Amino acid sequence: MQPFTTLTSTPAPLKVLNVDTDMIIPKQFLKTIERTGLGTALFAEMRYKEDGSENPDFVLNQPAYRKAQILVAGDNFGCGSSREHAPWALLDFGIRCVISTSFADIFYNNCFKNGILPIKVTPEQLDMLFDDAERGSNATLSIDLEKQTIKGPDGGEIHFEIDAFRKHCLLNGLDDIGLTMEKGKQIDSYEEKLKQRAWA
Amino acid sequence: MTTTNGTRTLYDKIFDDHVVDRQDDGTCLLYIDRHLVHEVTSPQAFEGLRMAGRKVRAPEKTLAVVDHNIQTTDRSKGIQEESSRIQVETLARNAKDFGVEYFNELDRRQGIVHIIGPEQGFTLPGTTVVCGDSHTSTHGAFGALAHGIGTSEVEHVLATQTLIQTKAKNMLVQVDGTPAPGVGAKDIALAIIGEIGTAGGTGSVIEYAGEAIRGLSMEGRMTLCNMSIEGGARAGMVAPDQKAFDYLKGRPKSPKGEAWEAAVRYWETLRSDEGAHFDRVVKLDAANLPPIVSWGTSPEDVVSVTGIVPDPELIEDEVKRASKKRALEYMGLTAGTKMTEIPLDVIWIGSCTNGRIEDMRMVARIVEGKKIHESLDYAMIVPGSGLVKQQAELEGLDKIFLAAGFEWREPGCSMCLGMNPDQLKPGQRAASTSNRNFEGRQGYRGRTHLVSPAMAAAAALTGHFVDVRTLG
Repeated sequence: MQPFTTLTSTPAPLKVLNVDTDMIIPKQFLKTIERTGLGTALFAEMRYKEDGSENPDFVLNQPAYRKAQILVAGDNFGCGSSREHAPWALLDFGIRCVISTSFADIFYNNCFKNGILPIKVTPEQLDMLFDDAERGSNATLSIDLEKQTIKGPDGGEIHFEIDAFRKHCLLNGLDDIGLTMEKGKQIDSYEEKLKQRAWA
Repeated sequence: MTTTNGTRTLYDKIFDDHVVDRQDDGTCLLYIDRHLVHEVTSPQAFEGLRMAGRKVRAPEKTLAVVDHNIQTTDRSKGIQEESSRIQVETLARNAKDFGVEYFNELDRRQGIVHIIGPEQGFTLPGTTVVCGDSHTSTHGAFGALAHGIGTSEVEHVLATQTLIQTKAKNMLVQVDGTPAPGVGAKDIALAIIGEIGTAGGTGSVIEYAGEAIRGLSMEGRMTLCNMSIEGGARAGMVAPDQKAFDYLKGRPKSPKGEAWEAAVRYWETLRSDEGAHFDRVVKLDAANLPPIVSWGTSPEDVVSVTGIVPDPELIEDEVKRASKKRALEYMGLTAGTKMTEIPLDVIWIGSCTNGRIEDMRMVARIVEGKKIHESLDYAMIVPGSGLVKQQAELEGLDKIFLAAGFEWREPGCSMCLGMNPDQLKPGQRAASTSNRNFEGRQGYRGRTHLVSPAMAAAAALTGHFVDVRTLG
């Protein structure tokens, strides 16, 4: 997994509540057996018109945001399905950080497995970040995971909270499975204990 | 984790019983007893194992089935759509290569992963159950700690039989009173989501308790727990009781003989202690609950069938107002319209929410000897599993459905998410017993109203929503 340390980018504003994973990546793109190549499918039903051409009104089609690596979105981002295709599509498009007031649990988890940083901010902070993001290419945000800060275009700084273990894994690009494999003996002894509950 | 007075919730107990390792920062390694696998969220996980030269640690605790992708029409000539077929074939190969039991599309036991788990007795009280599918919360109906995971976590569980977890908050949803005839688990679920919002349960595990929950059948409890994720909760659960034990006894994978007796003794301890702490308590009175219908594009967008489409202009918050206006526009509705005056095009009955035998019986009771309304494009019933289909046919329900004009299909997820050919066309409006009314969920620009099976059946006869309480 690619580590996440710092990131500076124009943020793209997506002023929609409850952006669900069906919206992030519609089902017709889930028939893949690969993790890659889903960037073109990101937000497909909002991003493209029925004839397949780009919808110029959609934020990521606007010149200022086509290369945005940060997405600022309304409350409860990533709700719905557990599909990891959602963070895969975000990552493949180039988004490395999503900022919202809240995230659905499974999506939030999935981000960390893919080197994407989801940041929770307060509603007031989100409004500020929406204002920044709406200034287009004139504004950039700088994110520092180690310091847990978002620096705005006018020098303002927001401190965000993040679970220490997740931060550590993201900063170092650590593979969860490798870490857990090191605890093989503990899993063995748990399974030994489990024999008392033969039915389980 | 125990509170200061030593009491624990049902969730606390199951969580504690599965901790393999606890780090100083509270991050836990949790043992997983049951892992369900389907074709859409597993190929990359198995591929990951292959690349790293890893095995499935406990194949006997893993069960694979196809459900999302497959057509619900004749399958004797295989899966027609190529990318779907590749995904199905990939699962078959992975199951074989890694020694995992697999129900293929022709197996009578095949069905939606959350229907077959309980049906086979694979799902048991007090176990941890995961699947790369958000509706894994369904299994909580048996007092299991069950939740959806992403594909990276599927790979993690396959490789290690564990999951890295932090403790969620405890939330109690207390539902008292007895609902009116025709009002049931789906209405309770939608009413709760309407109340707490689609993010109301985020970071929490919900325990459902109270007279109305005790009164629900296991099928009803599964419907309720299934929808927990639509309220944002990590999991939903009901303390196991005699109803749960009776449902499971004698199932193919349920414990037998002495193991069964020992299991029941343990399962009987699985309830929240008197005075156990809940971080949040929500109460609902089921006695006065009307049938609920969704009007928008989020499961929180619900009203009584006797109500009207709400007016988003009355919402103060700018982003929320814009989102709800967008929802109304997508749904092609005007604020103030009576819910009973919205004309429907399609009736769809099925899904892991409402594709069980009890749902089939409810629909049959309402439509027996009647005809679906001529204004409908079609009405379709998709049983949740091959065994549900078999049981329904044994009871002659299929004949009732076919005589009424319904299509009676092969089991699978079907139009709940439209990964197979069963999809709404742009602009088509459905009354659906599924779980999500998201934009495009049931088909590109399709419009979904979430309802109970009783409400869907009643709507099939009239072409619009009807208050099932008035049917007599």
